[in-house]
Amino acid sequence: MTPLALILAIPAAAAALAALLPGYRLTARLNVAAAGAAFLAALALLTGPRPAPTALFLADDLNIVFIVLNSFVGFTAAAFSAGYIAHEIETGRLTPATLRFYHAMYQVMMFGMNLALVTNNIGLMWVAVELATLSTVLMVGLYRTPEALEAAWKYFILGSVGIALALFGTILVYMAAQPALGEGTPAMVWTNLLAHAAAFDPGLLNLAFVFLLLGYGTKVGLAPLHAWLPDAHAEGPTPISAVLSGLLLNVALYAVLRFKMLMAANPATLPAGPLMAAMGLASLIFAALMLYRRRDIKRLFAYSSIEHMGIITFAFGMGGPLANFAGLLHMVMHSLTKSAIFYSVGQIAQSRGTQAIAALRGLSVSNPRLAWAFALGVLAIAGLPPFGTFLSEFLLVTSTFARQPALALLLALGLLLAFGALLLRLTQVLFGEPETTPAPVRASSLPVWAHMALVALAGLHLPGALVAWFQAAARLLG
Amino acid sequence: MTHLPLDFAHLLAGSLVLLSFLMIYQDRLSALLDVFAAHAVALSASVAWQAHLQQAPHLYLTALIALLFKALIIPMALSRIVQRLRIHREVETVVGTAPTMLAGIGLAALSILLMMRLTAGADPLAREDLAFALTVVLLGLLMMVTRRNAVSQVVGFMSLENGLILAAAGAKGMPLVVEISVAFSILIAFIVIGVFLFRIRERFDTVDVGALDEVRGERG
Repeated sequence: MTPLALILAIPAAAAALAALLPGYRLTARLNVAAAGAAFLAALALLTGPRPAPTALFLADDLNIVFIVLNSFVGFTAAAFSAGYIAHEIETGRLTPATLRFYHAMYQVMMFGMNLALVTNNIGLMWVAVELATLSTVLMVGLYRTPEALEAAWKYFILGSVGIALALFGTILVYMAAQPALGEGTPAMVWTNLLAHAAAFDPGLLNLAFVFLLLGYGTKVGLAPLHAWLPDAHAEGPTPISAVLSGLLLNVALYAVLRFKMLMAANPATLPAGPLMAAMGLASLIFAALMLYRRRDIKRLFAYSSIEHMGIITFAFGMGGPLANFAGLLHMVMHSLTKSAIFYSVGQIAQSRGTQAIAALRGLSVSNPRLAWAFALGVLAIAGLPPFGTFLSEFLLVTSTFARQPALALLLALGLLLAFGALLLRLTQVLFGEPETTPAPVRASSLPVWAHMALVALAGLHLPGALVAWFQAAARLLG
Repeated sequence: MTHLPLDFAHLLAGSLVLLSFLMIYQDRLSALLDVFAAHAVALSASVAWQAHLQQAPHLYLTALIALLFKALIIPMALSRIVQRLRIHREVETVVGTAPTMLAGIGLAALSILLMMRLTAGADPLAREDLAFALTVVLLGLLMMVTRRNAVSQVVGFMSLENGLILAAAGAKGMPLVVEISVAFSILIAFIVIGVFLFRIRERFDTVDVGALDEVRGERG
């Protein structure tokens, strides 16, 4: 089988196996093994020759960035999850039966995300995003507490509305394409669409993009469509918060980017970039202000995800080689850092038995090692050097400043606001007298340190091959 | 004579819009489910007529799926849930009927104006169907935001999906993959919702989503 087929076949087979096999220890190992194998397949896709696009599948520089990132974080999250759930079983928050379901859903989600990334058919892409959404809805509701149900319900309703709007947009794209490309499947194949986009009706395409931006934008968590995101992050199991922030938001953004490229190929359409830049900037500033009022640690970082998705969307909205490069780099850095933060937050919450920021104080006294990992993660997400997030934010601010100084000021304002809020909360958590005695932590710290090492390395030195690869992807984005 | 097929398609799509309006002001769940079943029947007839016009036999399958699942099985299952939970009495609406109806009329006008202006070049059958479909989608959305009861939100969501299928059927030659997947996703959605309703019931003894607001994460 080709690497492309393996990326899809491994999670699909693992999902079926996890649903059938008894015993949560076995399925937890299966989960890690399958995610690891999928990561290896993604690496093979990266290093091997690029397959030619078919009517169903496509692999170019752009989506391989997403696939490699997706399968890497999927793998570390699975490794973290294995230790995390052992603790949840001991405390009785989860039962072995729910875990079997959880592992099957985890692989279904990985399958859905990978399918959305590799498919060349915009209808299939929609189906895949919906599949990934539904599987995460079920995982968010896993604890069955009133809060978890509320979060899952809200996520489900808002996610479905978003996904419905996206389908309407997809149908409109098809209708715009149909006179030029004829009826049937060819008019849904993205590479065909891109080649003939100049011949499409610009009015229909504009309307389609508005629906697609609103629809997939809901899943990206852009303000004002973000309402599901903090609840879903706070109430679900922590490994799921990590994959939601680190992966699912990116996949939805990827869908928006593909349609933005279509818009750019037709000169008569509205420019899609300013729309995205405006939504991104609004999300950044809104989320930065909201950070100050958070009392729950997972909600705090959920709002931080809205903030960073805003930055990334803004970067892609600005467009051009430099801003696109900064956007891609920031997306990778954000995924790595944010999932590392969620891993350490999961360990902290398990050790201290609470998610309330006020009750977590004195972390540096009670759990010094966890406190270090957590502090480094927060400093990185706040955008301090030497981490890679600093590099990407710096690139973005300077490239924006050269083109639109006023927007660069707003961007810098949002970044500073968020920085202040995060440092405030960090000091609150780190220092003071701990209220409770910590329980031992089962989940491994290895994924956290692996992610943080990568983020620090990227900040110190970006390998030439990586830069060339991202530049090629940035050129594709236009 | 040449106008007759088009007129009939518009009649069917228009009746879908009318039924969406009917749904907006139903204040009893059992009546709401009946109107939803009628909505699904109208959708099925509309899709079947499209199948006839476009000579696309696969659309008959979509029509059949709509008829079986959405006009029969889902309303029956939901009314069983409603009976068992004993909530067939009143539906709580957040906004009154009159403002909701006015908002609905505004949305219908908006979508027709928008679609007619933007799609001037498209095939007339598709374009008017699309205007109706957008109206049904927006009315479904309106229903979801004005209702607090979980069951009526679900019904609102399904009527929204009906609008999407109407749009997909109107787009000439849209691949079957998408239609089946739409129908399938509704099925999945229904299962998901069923699970949720069951759990919400388990925990709160109510399916009023308003009750969930009281347990929002950050209060207290």
